[in-house]
Amino acid sequence: MHYMLMFYQPESEFLQRDEAVAQAYRASWMDYVGAIRQSGITLNGHGLQPPMTGTTLRVRGDKRQVQDGPFADTKEQLGGYYVIDVPDLDTALEWAARAPCATTGGVEVRPVFTSPQM
Amino acid sequence: MTQPAVQAARTAAEEAARRSYGRLVAILSARTRDIAASEDALADAFTRALERWPVDGVPAQPEAWLLSVARHRTLDAWRHSRVLDAATQTLLVLADEVGVDAPGGDAVPDERLRLLFVCAHPAIDAAARAPLMLQTVLGLDAARIAGAFLTAPATLGQRLVRAKARIRMAGIPFEYPRASDLPQRLQDVLDGIYATYGTGWDDIDGADATQRGLTAEAIDLCRILCTLMPREPEPRGLLALMLFCESRATARRGDAGDYVPLDVQDTARWNPAMRDQAEQALRAAASMHAPGAYQIEAAIQSAHCARRLGAQVPPEALVALYDGLLALRPSIGAQVSRACAIANAAGPAEGLRALEALAPADIASYQPYWAARAHLLAAGGLAAEARGAYARASGLSTSAAVRAHLAAAAARL
Repeated sequence: MHYMLMFYQPESEFLQRDEAVAQAYRASWMDYVGAIRQSGITLNGHGLQPPMTGTTLRVRGDKRQVQDGPFADTKEQLGGYYVIDVPDLDTALEWAARAPCATTGGVEVRPVFTSPQM
Repeated sequence: MTQPAVQAARTAAEEAARRSYGRLVAILSARTRDIAASEDALADAFTRALERWPVDGVPAQPEAWLLSVARHRTLDAWRHSRVLDAATQTLLVLADEVGVDAPGGDAVPDERLRLLFVCAHPAIDAAARAPLMLQTVLGLDAARIAGAFLTAPATLGQRLVRAKARIRMAGIPFEYPRASDLPQRLQDVLDGIYATYGTGWDDIDGADATQRGLTAEAIDLCRILCTLMPREPEPRGLLALMLFCESRATARRGDAGDYVPLDVQDTARWNPAMRDQAEQALRAAASMHAPGAYQIEAAIQSAHCARRLGAQVPPEALVALYDGLLALRPSIGAQVSRACAIANAAGPAEGLRALEALAPADIASYQPYWAARAHLLAAGGLAAEARGAYARASGLSTSAAVRAHLAAAAARL
């Protein structure tokens, strides 16, 4: 089964000004990324630039609305994702629990849609 | 109805639920084999109690009252569903009533042992066994169990429903296992209890109750099992094992919430009363002269604790205990621990050799392997390789405190 792990981080982590804390946090992500890659289950994945660098587009009727910032203004924002190939949801949840943002924000685990022809 | 009467009724109902939920489910399901219907009937009985007790007063035997109401609910449900003919239904319920009211018996007999064996039956999905015990014997809600076992609540719900349906449809008997099946069946019950304990061991960062593991509940289940099977040594072995671990639980975190490994824990923060209980349970088990895996694991814990408290424990003795454990029950965890024991006895190079003998597929995402490997590489002076292993161990950890501990150890290289 392919699952997407979506890593949600609280705003405070994107805005972290304390360099030592930010560095330790980055290091824990590097370790996680290393461990998940070395386990041979990753298909794809990226970290994202902070949510304020996002631009959101909506077309309503013939009107285009372009907005600075993320799709929804929520306390926790998408910080990155991985698509992994694991036997079941329980295993996917195990990997989600290892993500550093699991303790501060959260991780959404969702099955990836695959068309039957593929 | 008066406010104090309402409060008294609620308190009495809560106490009855805490004391006897599992007993009542066990009795209600013993003959019908329908756990789901028994739980529904019991939930109805509790609702009814909260309506009636404030008006009529709390009955002298709340459990008997609840049981009687739940039985009549079950009978009503049957009448509607017409699964059995009326005569059979009445006979079944009468048989139960006779069992309860038999002279000399407890007001509420204890059928929990049979319920435990049903929950851990080999015909039931292994992943559902421990959650099923927790729900039916202790009355824990599914959300709490799902969180502790790192399972999606919807998945767990389905597993529990399927397991209960299987017990009913497949006619899994509410019977004590045959003597020839007993060792394996008991093993399944013990494994379920220990898996439950394990949910709380790794994750002790979570402060709120829903995130915390189920260590206390696992110990409760095991105590019940020891009472119900006083002549079996392995339940006592498991109880001793969990109590040893639990006696050190608070010492596993420093004042700042930092992770503290066993060999530097402040033994003043261990719980001596709990450790005494553990030693006592282990002695009781050993006196039955039938060694088992849980007794050996408890003996290993006992040796670790004794060594930290100043007793001379030869390092080779621990290697021998791990060898014994692996002969009875091979596991990757025991292999890793044995490698550490070898390192203590014969040096880090020997320990690393034992680690390197393990199959790559078994250790790819097994955090303790990488933590042990990092530690032994560091002790052997192989700094660069140790850093890599520390990073891997940190990436596989679910605990922020453990990650910080590993990062600090890597930084010291």
